Amino acid sequence: MSKPMDQMTWQEIEIGGVLTEPGNAREYDTGDWRSQHPVWTKSRCIRCGVCWTVCPEAGISEEPGGYFDMNHYCKGCGICAKECVTGCISMVPEEE
Amino acid sequence: MMGTRVGMEVSIAVSHAVQLARAEAIAAYPITPQTHIVEHLSSLVANGELEAEFVNVESEHSALSTCIGMSATGARTFTATSSQGLALMHEILFIASAMRFPIVMAVANRALAGPLSIWNDHSDIMAARDIGWIQVFVENGQEAFDHTLMAFKIAENHKVILPIIVNMDGFILTHVVESLELLDQDTADRFLPPYHARHRLDPQNPVTMGAFAMPELFTEVKMAHQMALVNSYDRILKVWKEFGDLTGRHYQPVEHYKTEGAKVLLLTMGCLGEVAEVAVDEMRAAGEKVGLLKLRMWRPFPFTDLREAMGGAKLLIVCDRALSLGGAAPPVLAEVRSTFYAANPKLQILGYVVGLGGRDVPPETFKEIVAQAQTEAKQGPSQEYHIFGVRG
Repeated sequence: MSKPMDQMTWQEIEIGGVLTEPGNAREYDTGDWRSQHPVWTKSRCIRCGVCWTVCPEAGISEEPGGYFDMNHYCKGCGICAKECVTGCISMVPEEE
Repeated sequence: MMGTRVGMEVSIAVSHAVQLARAEAIAAYPITPQTHIVEHLSSLVANGELEAEFVNVESEHSALSTCIGMSATGARTFTATSSQGLALMHEILFIASAMRFPIVMAVANRALAGPLSIWNDHSDIMAARDIGWIQVFVENGQEAFDHTLMAFKIAENHKVILPIIVNMDGFILTHVVESLELLDQDTADRFLPPYHARHRLDPQNPVTMGAFAMPELFTEVKMAHQMALVNSYDRILKVWKEFGDLTGRHYQPVEHYKTEGAKVLLLTMGCLGEVAEVAVDEMRAAGEKVGLLKLRMWRPFPFTDLREAMGGAKLLIVCDRALSLGGAAPPVLAEVRSTFYAANPKLQILGYVVGLGGRDVPPETFKEIVAQAQTEAKQGPSQEYHIFGVRG
């Protein structure tokens, strides 16, 4: 979109709400309503990538050095923590 | 050579208009009393007389969904339905207009069950009043033909790009044979050029259609739709004028019949107009200052035309062919009262519901209504509105 969606006027809406540019999902911080998020304890992480593999929302990105961290698509479901081979992921409530 | 005068069943005339429009995509499901329209179109396609994709579907929900898909490819798209079929389309009706697909749909108006009825009233379309489509009503075969053809030109106009419903009374209009004047193909082609979609499904130029809207954007998208519908008014009139200049058949959002000097005005929609004309003729002959307004344009609602149509009338009698059970007023009466609430608070507006589920409405009904309404206007209305002729 030509400008952030919370600044667009009705006159600027493309007919039928058609999106003419790809990649608009990048503008949506879809994980902002999560109630908890994963935290990795790097000392116990073996960089196997199981967390990245099982994440249903592409909410985990590979970091430099082969470790993993959440990105803004994470909804806080906890599947990564449940499936982590070494148990190095803990789910932390958002308010903390 | 303008066109030829023929005797033709109105449903077939509607199909013929779709053929003249060179519709490219049709998806429909048969339902009484709309069936003859798509049945005939199906024959035209099967016989090679209309080069179109005709998709047989298992329901009206799929019919309109398929129309949306076909319209998204940039094809000129038509469908038709009635009553329960329109109800089964309900959720898709809003999608078609929100995504701004210029689909043309004929609705053969029929009562919504229950009790089950195949006969005419307007409860089907009134339950789909707020779907964001342009909606017009026609009162005879010529109008059904003309407005079906014009609908494509209105819907596809680049300042409009909205779907449109042409409402025609089931059976009492769709199934009668009327004398009407058709257009030849060359004239139709000059009037209605091929459709070029602003956006269409094209692998070479991909776009996203039907994306969701976050709360930050939903209101703006709705406002854009609202303004498109409101602003379509000027374009509709432009198309009607162009057609009028071409054929000599001119149309207005609110049609007037013997309104000069009228103190009492009847307001009807659809076929009731021609019956009411007979009643008005007789009342005028008896010296009563009664006139008739016929509401052609239902969406966008022609507020200004209606206000200007009042002239010196003191009493407006609104005839609805549907109910809003438990509501403030039947659908048309509610809109009309809103139209005059601030603009003309002295105007007395009384409502009569007639012709439900195929109940016959002869000219005498209008005469009785006018007599009763004039008494009520003097004494004050006995109730919010009347369901005329109900026993008990």
